Amino acid sequence: MTDTEAAVSLGGITKRFGDVTAVDAIDLEIADGEFFALLGPSGCGKTTTLRMIAGLDFPTQGSLRIFGEEVGTLPPNKRPVNTVFQNYALFPHMSVVQNVAFGLKMKKVPKAEIGDRVAEAIRLVHLEGMEQRKPDQLSGGQQQRVALARALVNSPKVLLLDEPLGALDLKLRQEMQRELKVLQREVGITFVFVTHDQEEALTMSDRIGVMNEGRLLQIGTPREIYEHPANRFVADFIGQTNLLEGTVEATDLVCLANGVRVEAPTRRATPGTAVSVSLRPESATLHRRGNSPVDVPCLDGELTAITYLGNALVSTVALDWMTVEVRMENRADLDHLTVGAAVSITWAAGALAVVGD
Amino acid sequence: MTATTASPRGLTRVVLSANVAVVFLFFYAPIALLTVFSFSNDRNPSRWGGFTLDWYREFGESQSLQDALRRSLWVALWSTIVSVILGTSSALALERFRFRGRRVFDALLYLPIIIPDVTMGIMMLIFFGDAIELVNDIFGTSYTKGIATITLAHIAFNISFVSVVVRARLAGMDQRMEEAARDLYASRTQAFRHVTLPQIMPGIAGGALLAVTISLDDVVVTQFSSGPGATTLPVFVFSLIRKGVTPLINATSVIMLTASVLLVLLSILTEGLRGNESTTTTTGGTP
Repeated sequence: MTDTEAAVSLGGITKRFGDVTAVDAIDLEIADGEFFALLGPSGCGKTTTLRMIAGLDFPTQGSLRIFGEEVGTLPPNKRPVNTVFQNYALFPHMSVVQNVAFGLKMKKVPKAEIGDRVAEAIRLVHLEGMEQRKPDQLSGGQQQRVALARALVNSPKVLLLDEPLGALDLKLRQEMQRELKVLQREVGITFVFVTHDQEEALTMSDRIGVMNEGRLLQIGTPREIYEHPANRFVADFIGQTNLLEGTVEATDLVCLANGVRVEAPTRRATPGTAVSVSLRPESATLHRRGNSPVDVPCLDGELTAITYLGNALVSTVALDWMTVEVRMENRADLDHLTVGAAVSITWAAGALAVVGD
Repeated sequence: MTATTASPRGLTRVVLSANVAVVFLFFYAPIALLTVFSFSNDRNPSRWGGFTLDWYREFGESQSLQDALRRSLWVALWSTIVSVILGTSSALALERFRFRGRRVFDALLYLPIIIPDVTMGIMMLIFFGDAIELVNDIFGTSYTKGIATITLAHIAFNISFVSVVVRARLAGMDQRMEEAARDLYASRTQAFRHVTLPQIMPGIAGGALLAVTISLDDVVVTQFSSGPGATTLPVFVFSLIRKGVTPLINATSVIMLTASVLLVLLSILTEGLRGNESTTTTTGGTP
């Protein structure tokens, strides 16, 4: 291996429950100090993957290394990782201090040291003054902090978080997103977190792994994943998009189903291949028919619906072969069109992405 | 205050009050009568013959009554201890593991609750008869039925009751908590001791209380599985009735009643203390 050893390294990791393959031959390397998100719909195998790293499930096949050490079948108490569980799984019969001290107590750390480290962890998550409370006397956000402190106090090499913000309401969730990010930089520990919320994954992580049906479909930075989705599923799951059917004609040239030729990076797709071209709603611009700039390809259609969002307008445009959504910011100079108007859609150069199946 | 919690008015109020009065009368009049006549100086327990403590004195002096009481307590103690251990273990097995024959085991475990006492008693009678005969034949011993067989019989039905109560408690507990403990470096044993056990403790205590109570007042099964000279208190009281009822039975009953009331009060008190403790520590602030 290189000198920068991966914090977590999965090699062909597979988990089967009877006939069901929950995780299908995943290869993944997570770097030290990285904030990594496993993103996917429920049942895609992301939680099972996390549980295998934690040692709560053992892989059926494949290798699992943490900082180079093979841990595939090591029980959870023998691994240098800690987990923040979904719904926190705090111990209801113990106070905040007792909950946070549990791991250190089990590791037989000297009493005096436990006291100091617990106080430090409680300070880190801003829970001073709550030390003697029981979990049921805390709000959801506070319970979340206890769960974090309980895991971080052990200085794990990797912190695993299973839908950590799922039980919080929107406002608190956004606050905790920022706080988690700051916390991760402060402690410098590798965070691996599981979520089904694409916005959460995009805002918080350094890199994202998108999963579906037990497979890892794409790994990349939020920007790579959003702007260059590897396939239809990723394009559709991360944000909203319009998928225009077409055929590759030549390198970086795609002929759409209506005959319009557009420029888009075709990458490895060979001429003649049927592909989808992703056009994000916010990358498209709507014009009154005839007002669109010349020399750029456009799609003509009829405006069939307008959804007013306050800061933006989402217009639904019926082309004769499909429907496209266009999202435009509600600025003062916006040309307000009415339903039924004949319109043309254009986009900036580089806005289109070719996605395979 | 919402309408649903407001006090009833008019006729509804009168009827409801009357209902409460009748229910209480139905519950407590016999107990009151029993208690009053335990102090009556007349052999007929339904005729008042002036105040006396003679029946309590007789209870204190009656060797056979006290032997029966001692036997009852012994049986209750041991059958409770054993059935709590076995009942809790089987509850854990059924609730936490998937294994072959789990459903059959599940169904069989609850059988003693639904089998009529008489059937259970006859089963025990035949089983112990044959088993003891076999053991005596093989080892040349001369065991007879007695306090040991009674205890075994009580264990047999108490396991079911303990298991039901503990399982209900376990089912309400988030299994992820055990995983969290394991994740925090606890071994399986430590996870059980520090996380699972404290949380199912109320269930175990409830199950134990139930077992003690059921064991203390069982007559039918006990009668079938007891041998000569091995009577428990309820069986002894039953036999006293046949000889003719005297207020001695009342006195015995009042003593048993007082003991069980004290037991229940004690459990409420300890529960209350624990509850207080957790509320006072919250206002205690930083240590």
